[in-house]
Amino acid sequence: MSNINRTDLIKQGAIWAFIAVELAFFSIAGKFLSVTDATFMDPENMLLLLKQSAPIGIIALGMTIVMINGNIDLSVGAIFAMSAVILLDSMGWAWMQSLGVWSIPISWGLALLTGVVLGAINGLIVWKTGVDAFIVTLGSMLGYRGLVFMYNGEQPTSHLNWTLVDFAEARFLGLHTATWFLLVVALILWLVMTRTVHGRNAYAIGNNREAAVNAGIRVGPHFLWNFMLIGFLSALSAVVFYSESGSVNPNDGMLYELWAITAVVLGGTKLTGGYGSIISTLGGVIAIQLLRKGLGHIGSDTETVNLVIGLILIAVLFLDRQLNRKGKEELRV
Amino acid sequence: MAEISKAGLSGFLARQGIIVAFAVFMIVFAIANPRFIDIDNISGVIRSSAILGVMALGVTFVVIGGNLDLSVGSMMSFSTIVVLDLHDKIGPALAIPAMFGMTLCLGAFIGFLVGYLKLNSLIVTLGMLSAIHGLTLTYSGGQNMDIADKRGTWFNVFGQGDIIGIPIPILMFALLAAGLGVVLSRTAFGRKVYAVGGNGTAAVFSGIPRARIVFLTYLMSSFCVAMAGLMQASRSLGSQNTVGQGLELEVLAAVILGGASLLGGSGTIFKTVIGVLILGFIQNGLLLMGLAFYAQYVVTWVIIILAVWLDIAAKRGRLLSPIA
Repeated sequence: MSNINRTDLIKQGAIWAFIAVELAFFSIAGKFLSVTDATFMDPENMLLLLKQSAPIGIIALGMTIVMINGNIDLSVGAIFAMSAVILLDSMGWAWMQSLGVWSIPISWGLALLTGVVLGAINGLIVWKTGVDAFIVTLGSMLGYRGLVFMYNGEQPTSHLNWTLVDFAEARFLGLHTATWFLLVVALILWLVMTRTVHGRNAYAIGNNREAAVNAGIRVGPHFLWNFMLIGFLSALSAVVFYSESGSVNPNDGMLYELWAITAVVLGGTKLTGGYGSIISTLGGVIAIQLLRKGLGHIGSDTETVNLVIGLILIAVLFLDRQLNRKGKEELRV
Repeated sequence: MAEISKAGLSGFLARQGIIVAFAVFMIVFAIANPRFIDIDNISGVIRSSAILGVMALGVTFVVIGGNLDLSVGSMMSFSTIVVLDLHDKIGPALAIPAMFGMTLCLGAFIGFLVGYLKLNSLIVTLGMLSAIHGLTLTYSGGQNMDIADKRGTWFNVFGQGDIIGIPIPILMFALLAAGLGVVLSRTAFGRKVYAVGGNGTAAVFSGIPRARIVFLTYLMSSFCVAMAGLMQASRSLGSQNTVGQGLELEVLAAVILGGASLLGGSGTIFKTVIGVLILGFIQNGLLLMGLAFYAQYVVTWVIIILAVWLDIAAKRGRLLSPIA
């Protein structure tokens, strides 16, 4: 029994140990290689890091639940872009302008609604047709991106609202607005996954779908809820990010699905479903952002980060398999 | 003869549905716009689909073997950039084999990870997508690659030349499709790929070296990618680092559209070619109808979902999924 707990502990702790190693490495290496005099562990730098990990992080948190289900969502980048376009375009509509400050919550609502609807379309197709989520969202990734381009062509959509920028750049207790969104979403999802029936069902379905059906869990609606949730979170991520930047290109959000999945897998969530945790995903998100920033800090090209993250992803997969195999052998003994 | 039973008909549609759909599609578009079946138009469509098509041929092997390959897009960028860079440094005659060697090394690495180490192919190739992209950028320093002397080289023959009026990209696509089609359907290796993808455990028990077969499917995929990179480089004689970005998904879409199951064990080269052509002709047909370029993405989405849905609906005998 204690062996199993130890394996679990290693798995949960691995990502945080990895973050600690990264911090130590970049702090020491930075002393010799850094292009500037700034120290890497500077608190201001770390707060900025949290802020920068928010857009991918919010999506990755939702992706965790979908992947614990045994599904996957490749369309998050396209949903992100579509919601951003709706957010910025709606603020420019004539009747919205006449509303003054009240246009902000309405355009936020419209953007979030877009995300929920696009997610619901994915979820309904997965539920009703029984087609694998990988194929469904692969298709909608193309389709939604097509919608983004059809909406405004290849032109960027821009609208700067200074009230909004002030809000996005505001800081409360030292943390940026985006960081607060990330932390609150993480807290809520953690509560959902550990304290509610919905969370328990998510693990059950990912572990063994047949058994879950036999136990009376309504798998279809459960999938629908989760796809709506990840659609909502993709939109929320867009809302948080574009409130500040104020301009969206139709290509924005491309490859976000890959970054989000990488963060989730780094956090130890199993691809086949049934295992994973929100907190570890948060660790995965921070680890990736740390790597990006750290590599820049020690003066290597920003391109190298793709190479390093790809290889780390494969290494994690290898280690995870070794760890799981070890656990199984201990069980057999 | 007169009695084609309903079950027989639906079975036929399930098996050959993609070809029927293709025929219906072509007829509708031809009636809507006669220019659609103009020989120049058709040749133009096949020519522009050839690069995607060549990559899809290799991915078909990987998918039938029960795995995925998401790295083909960034691998294609890599081979395009490498061959263009080496062209000016060591000449085209040496650059082409060197580029093939480097691309095959990448394929062998993936094949080793997925075949011999038995790692999940989705995540491995996802990681390699990112890693090879980084490798390409590091190699080129983020710069676009151009051939210095664009007129004084025979290198453009693979993308722009033609033999007795047939464009060489089409010829290469057709020859490769025929060759790989024979390999898949007429050789022991081809049968083993189906066996490994259909039921890996059973294949191992009947003495098929599963790891080696999977390894070889990735090697074939990277060979096709190198071919596509060569065609791309030769067509444009200059390239960005991101030339293949996103192609992995279009390739996969074509393979799925051709009816290969992502679970492995089914699919043919011929159907993949049909899948590639459908994607190409949809794009072309919608443009001729005056729709926006990006409408094709939406239509492709609908067609992929419908194709896969009808396929599994025919297998389970009911339209809607039995999930509660």
